[in-house]
Amino acid sequence: MKYYDKLIFELSRPGRKGYHLPADCYGVEALKEIPSDLLRKEDPELPEVSELDVVRHYTNLSSKNFGVDTGFYPLGSCTMKYNPKINEELAAMPEFAALHPLQPAESAQGALELYYNLQKALSNIAGLAEFTLNPYAGAHGELTGLMVMRQYHIARGDEKRRKVIVPDSAHGTNPASAMVAGLEVVEVKSKPNGSIDVEDLKPLLDDTVAGIMMTNPNTLGMFETEIMEIARLVHEAGGLLYYDGANLNPMLGKVRPGDMGFDIMHINLHKTFSTPHGGGGPGSGPVGVAAHLVDFLPNPRVKKDENGKFYIENGDKSLGSISSFLGNFGVMMKAYAYILSLGKENLKNVGPMATLNANYIKESLKDDYLLPIEGACKHEFVFDGLKDKSTGVTTLNVAKRLLDYGFHAPTIYFPLLFHESMMIEPTETESKETLDEFIEVMHKVAKEAKEDPEMVKQAPHTTLISHPDETTAAKKPVLSYRQMKG
Amino acid sequence: MSNRYIPHTEEDIKAMLEKIGVESIDDLFADIPSEVIFKEEYDIPSSMSEIELRRHFKELADKNENLIVFGGNGVYDHYAPSVIPHLLERSEFYTAYTPYQPEISQGTLQYIFEYQSMICELTGMESTNASMYDGATSAAEAMFMMVASAKKKNRVLISATLPEHVAKVVQTYAKFHGVDLSIIPEKDGVTDLEAMKEMLGAGDVAGVILPSPNRYGIIEDFTGVADTIHAAKGLMAMYVDPSTLAVLRTPAEWGADIACGDGQTLGMPMQFGGPYLGFLACRQSLIRKMPGRVVGVTTDGSGKRCYVLTLQAREQHIRREKATSNICSNQSLMALYATIYLSLLGVKGLREVNTLAADGAHYLYSRLIESGKFHPVFDKPFLKEFVVKTDLDINKVNEHLLRHGIMGGVDLGDGRVMFAVTEKRTREEIDNLITLMLEA
Repeated sequence: MKYYDKLIFELSRPGRKGYHLPADCYGVEALKEIPSDLLRKEDPELPEVSELDVVRHYTNLSSKNFGVDTGFYPLGSCTMKYNPKINEELAAMPEFAALHPLQPAESAQGALELYYNLQKALSNIAGLAEFTLNPYAGAHGELTGLMVMRQYHIARGDEKRRKVIVPDSAHGTNPASAMVAGLEVVEVKSKPNGSIDVEDLKPLLDDTVAGIMMTNPNTLGMFETEIMEIARLVHEAGGLLYYDGANLNPMLGKVRPGDMGFDIMHINLHKTFSTPHGGGGPGSGPVGVAAHLVDFLPNPRVKKDENGKFYIENGDKSLGSISSFLGNFGVMMKAYAYILSLGKENLKNVGPMATLNANYIKESLKDDYLLPIEGACKHEFVFDGLKDKSTGVTTLNVAKRLLDYGFHAPTIYFPLLFHESMMIEPTETESKETLDEFIEVMHKVAKEAKEDPEMVKQAPHTTLISHPDETTAAKKPVLSYRQMKG
Repeated sequence: MSNRYIPHTEEDIKAMLEKIGVESIDDLFADIPSEVIFKEEYDIPSSMSEIELRRHFKELADKNENLIVFGGNGVYDHYAPSVIPHLLERSEFYTAYTPYQPEISQGTLQYIFEYQSMICELTGMESTNASMYDGATSAAEAMFMMVASAKKKNRVLISATLPEHVAKVVQTYAKFHGVDLSIIPEKDGVTDLEAMKEMLGAGDVAGVILPSPNRYGIIEDFTGVADTIHAAKGLMAMYVDPSTLAVLRTPAEWGADIACGDGQTLGMPMQFGGPYLGFLACRQSLIRKMPGRVVGVTTDGSGKRCYVLTLQAREQHIRREKATSNICSNQSLMALYATIYLSLLGVKGLREVNTLAADGAHYLYSRLIESGKFHPVFDKPFLKEFVVKTDLDINKVNEHLLRHGIMGGVDLGDGRVMFAVTEKRTREEIDNLITLMLEA
């Protein structure tokens, strides 16, 4: 196929049209009644293209992308599982897609029931009292959850509690969310095996602690076995436990965050519950809380009355609003469809199979790649680069070489605990055959690194573009077509 | 174990356990204290086939009513050309992650670059990011940008005419982040500019957020406002409806430093509240204070033009608690939606959308006033949305309309009601709306 690299603007021809709207039959010229000072002086430069131009252009662009449907996507911490097709179809049903968020509740009972049912299902899966589905993404859920944490302390008149404890291995979003929520971040150290150092935690637990943020399993894919002790200590100190749901997938069917003592959590529907990542959103980041925190959840909330009718309520103890309306409803529909498709019989197998897949890759590759932490991982694990460090081939080189073989790269250089981190998460939706192919290629790359390190360092070799000049892009940023034309 | 989304056969599991060197799956969870292991069944329905799933969704769908929409208040029933959903269904787009590997993500990176180009064209701004969650959160981020730019100043003003759902979210973010937020009062449906001047007097204001059109659909006159704000060493942000920017004076033309808003008006399904598209754009000098992903053009090793995520040093995953925002993923696929919409319509199509909507709205407005049951509230210019006062019982009127499959105007209290008209409404629908309201 021919290499395609035109911009839509470069297809533009004056006078060409890609739309057709009805004729104006109102006999009014409203725009003429608006004072000219309030009108735009100079037209924006938008493309003038035909419908076919648009269809071919974006179809061509799509072929320059790699998605889960293209191939294996072992991106650690991102849970790139299969996105079921029927979910896309159901979410597009006009009976939902054409609902105005402010139309009367009595005319949107089906949508409210879906929101309510999903909220209930997530509460049961998480072992918590209630959920809000309003947050738009994982980071937005974190922010919302931390607002709940602060609102709880404010409502108790204990405003000095501003300190939130975050493990040094945590994803960068955790401390950033805490900062936005007006909390101060204190880091707790990890032990060499990546778990929280309880001895390091104890002195941090004074009466200024609002809570602690954790993932379990942690960012190394290892279960925090001292979780019950940590929960006891934090609760005794008057703090709350926040669960970052980024790593919830391996817990499905095995452990509920609420049962581990967590008071607040967010779930990434676009990870654990199969909704597509969309090239960077839209996601959805529902937040669940234990019973004593329910009143602080953000407005608006969906409730059910004694007659089984659903309604929208704005509570007066709520932390406020964090979204325009009820969140990314279209995304919720897909997660709901996924939960019903798996049902109680299969949802419980998600965690075990995701864990089996991860351990299978780990054990198959640890001869060639450096495994810093032994023992059973959960849904993901981290290699500290190639075992043989003499070749000079880095994790970045291996990642790029994988692209040549038709695989997406793992998450690289995260977590920060190791110099050459390579984080691999296969998810439960991948078959043994796919894993075997990946394992074979990873062995092959390790062999190449020994035999022809320069070739691996120059990878990728077969992608449409390679070695983009990122330095110039950052030094002299060109962010639009107008800037590009100069 | 096997299910249509979980492919493991008993044989696979056996072989894999053998390779790992454990007896059973449970052995992989042996490190978990038994007291936290979940031993019950999930309290969720049994697994559904596609046939049963479709039936369940149809049952829910039948409890919804698709109405002829005359309400707006931030969400508008604009038309989406059928091309858009077809292209969005290209799974190479929707099953991709954030484009961290540029070599295999040029599709996503290029459409974000095109999206950024179009947002800059519409707003007149020089820079923008790859999108935000929604309009309300983009306004909150604009507030943070202004505070971060002002160094020591921590006070932000918002107009009382900012749409209500936006103001609420900005207030929540301000409360928790510790931004000193004050509301500029309104006068005759628009921002009280005299009051604003006074509030700027102390010199402690980092920035001001002003809307266009405002929460009543009014196009406010901000002549001289940018100079006033800049003289007080503050920044000016505008919350705008991007669809209207084909015809209305742009944030850049008003002298604003930041533009934000919601892209729902670019033909996106109303979808009961989301997903929509937040956007945030600014002058070049503020780019390093802007949150979120940014795509730039560059060349690859062989000199080919290509696109990469750039200026990442600003972002949360690098700066951690020193970041000014926590946003990472955004609404990328909705940015593609907006890009395709704007490509199809072009400036002429977008102008036609505005003309049809505004003509319909003005026609409805005149007919309502003529009826004698509705009265003007503000004598101010508007486009597709306006407020009138009525002697009728709005609740009763709206219930009557609902029985006829119509979403009436939004009740603003005190007998005030706000109507919106888009290019999807017809003259017959408007005439019918009036007849039904008068007979209610």
